[in-house]
Order: sequence, then C-alpha cells, then structure tokens
Amino acid sequence: MAAKFQPGDRVRVRVGSPPGHFRTPAYIQGKSGVIEALHGAFANPESLALGGDGRPSQFLYQVRFEQTHLWPRYPNSLQDKLLIDIYEHWLESA
Amino acid sequence: MQRRVHDRGGWPDAGPIDRVEHVYTMWERQTDAIRGVLGGKGLLRTDELRRAIESIEPCRYEQLRYYERWLVAIEALLIEKGLLTREEIDRKMEEWVTCRS
Amino acid sequence: MDQHDQSHAHDRHAPIQGSTEDTYYEQRTWAIQALLVEKGIVTAEEIRRQIETVEARTPADGAKVIARAWVDPAFKARLLRDAKSAVAELGYDSGEAPVLVALENTPKVHNVVVCTLCSCYPRALLGLPPDWYKSLNYRSRVVVDPRSVLKEFGLELEPDVEVRVYDSSADMRYLVIPERPAGTEHLSEAELADLVTRDSMIGVTNARAPEPYSGRKAAAPA
Repeated sequence: MAAKFQPGDRVRVRVGSPPGHFRTPAYIQGKSGVIEALHGAFANPESLALGGDGRPSQFLYQVRFEQTHLWPRYPNSLQDKLLIDIYEHWLESA
Repeated sequence: MQRRVHDRGGWPDAGPIDRVEHVYTMWERQTDAIRGVLGGKGLLRTDELRRAIESIEPCRYEQLRYYERWLVAIEALLIEKGLLTREEIDRKMEEWVTCRS
Repeated sequence: MDQHDQSHAHDRHAPIQGSTEDTYYEQRTWAIQALLVEKGIVTAEEIRRQIETVEARTPADGAKVIARAWVDPAFKARLLRDAKSAVAELGYDSGEAPVLVALENTPKVHNVVVCTLCSCYPRALLGLPPDWYKSLNYRSRVVVDPRSVLKEFGLELEPDVEVRVYDSSADMRYLVIPERPAGTEHLSEAELADLVTRDSMIGVTNARAPEPYSGRKAAAPA
C-alpha cells in the first residue's frame, strides 16, 4: 500500500471521537493544513492501546497549519505555524 | 463535540505556568521504573498506559498529580490483564501499614 | 468490567485530593511492586537498575549533542537528517522508538515543543521532563498562544520571526537545536555545552549567553 499523501499536499483533518484511544486532538480536527513530511508507516496506537497488534500500520504525516487558521484571535500579521503528527486514516484531501 | 479531559490543547481558562520543579519522591521513581520494566517485558505498552490514564474520571484526572495518574492507570491495567487482583493489592497495603505501625 | 468502572470502584480507597496523600501512593506503589516481585513478574534488581538508568540521563547529554552541532556543520546536517544515527555517533542510544527528530532554531525560525495529550518528551536524551512541561496549563496555552508562554519564560520574539509549535502527538520526539549565542567563537565544545539549557532544547528559551570574555582562558575544571 502506498502513502496516500506527499509533502505539499493540502489536507483536512477528520472530525471524530471514536471510543477508546486516539491521538488526534480536538483543536486540530476539521482544520486544513499542508503535508510537511511523511514519517513512514507506524503501528496504529488505537489498536495497540486495546492490546491489539497495531495492524494495519498507518502512514504517519507531519502536517503544518497556519496558527491564524487554527485560532480566531491569533494576530493576522504573524506567520506562526503549528505542526503535529497525524495518522493517514485521520486525513482527507482538502 | 465532547472534548476529553486529557485533550488539553487550547483548553480554555488555562492560567500561568508554575515553573517550580519538585524533587521526585521514591515512590514516583518506583512507579516510573515499574512502567519501564513492565514495558521492556512487553507486559505494558505506552499506548495502553495512555488509554488507561485517559479513562480516569475527568474530575479526578485534573486533581491527581502526574505520577498518581500513572499509578492508578498501572494498577488498573495490571488488574485488567489478570496479573494482580485488587484484593491482593489491598491486602498487601494493609500488611505494609501493619508492619510499620 | 471496563476501565471507567474500575476507576470508580477504586475511588473507595484512593483519596480524591491526590495532592495531600503521598503516603497512600507510597504504600500502593510498594504493595504493587512487592506483589510483582513475589509473583516473579519483575525483580527488585530490575526496578533498581531502571531507576538508576533513568536517573543517569540528564539534559547534559542533549547539551553535548547541541554543542557538537554548533561546532561541526556536517554533524548538524546529519543530526537534522537522521537524529537517531547522529546521536549514536556520540554514544547515545535514543531507542528504537520513539523516533528522535531535531529542529533547528535560526534568526528567523523559533521552534517550541509540547505534548498536548500527555507528556511525550525526548527522555532518552534529556532525562525526565520538568513538571511544567507536563502541566495542564502549558499543554493548553503553548499551542494557542506560544508567544505569551515564551514571554513567561523571559523570551520575546520579533513579529517577523516564525514561531513553530510542534505537538508530539505520535512516535516522534522533538529536540530543539537552539541558536548558538553570539560571542562564543572562543569557547571550547565543553564550554559551549554548558550554555545549552534543558529549556532551550524544549524551545521555551534560548541558550545562555556566555560570560563576558576577559581575554584569558579559565583553567579547565578539575
């Protein structure tokens, strides 16, 4: 299975609150950003957390967001960024 | 969307950051080590520990200190995995109190 | 019985006011460890060795890596490309997982690291994280208003500097390479390492400024 995204792609983070453990914070859900890097394939923590084997492994991306996009009160003049590592199944094309 | 208690990024009304650093007690070091040794043996995964910490009732999560959350979670996982029972932990604690009084 | 039920059942024994009951947690930890040892799941020696291993790791290890990166541009390039292999050159084992990633601060880019969901931190290289890094307030505020947090730590950045907050949400652990302070050309690698604070490798401060250069080299420490 090939990675779905590559650096430079615009993506949006899915919204969800599945039962059990997941690593996609609320503040980033529904937001749009750009793939900064592909880290590789990693065991899925949502499965590992419940004693599973972590398969299928998920591609893990570093995604870059404009802070002015994430927070309504962030000063528009600033170029600040937020970067976070998100698993592929939480991302869709934007 | 209901935000879970451990999901703190952008949590409203967060105050100043307390920069005082406490000296770790022996039990905190032990708790850290128990986690490390069990993890090294494949008996306790980081993701399981996180899941167990996240399952702590929200009000309690916010009031417990860091390693207190760890110990509560480690205990819950050891019981869940059938390695220990709550009863024997309680009994062992009684033993400690008795021996030291 | 699921996790939630177990937590409630446990409320009978554990005080809600966690901050005042160190004795309870001390007893509980002792009980759990004693049982694990009795049952042959762990040994007391393994616990003792693990405590020592963790204690031996300090930010001084990370500082050596930073100082090497400052004096050796080729090493810095390797560190940025593959931090695990680069720190291994200096004899440090950053572990199979998580994955260590180095972030370079420049005059135009300032990086700062957090784990909003828990407390992920490059422990293998820096030792245990400070209490404030694990605090609810840091985890909340540094993503939404990093400049106010940096200001609390005494660092104010110009508007044309790009502040990049890294939320360690998965298997990566981030190590900031602070900028080399001005006026340090005369310092040895060991003296440079002394300027690299733990907080500067998290990104909430810069590295320390050197002592004013008197023109005489101080005697090497004994």
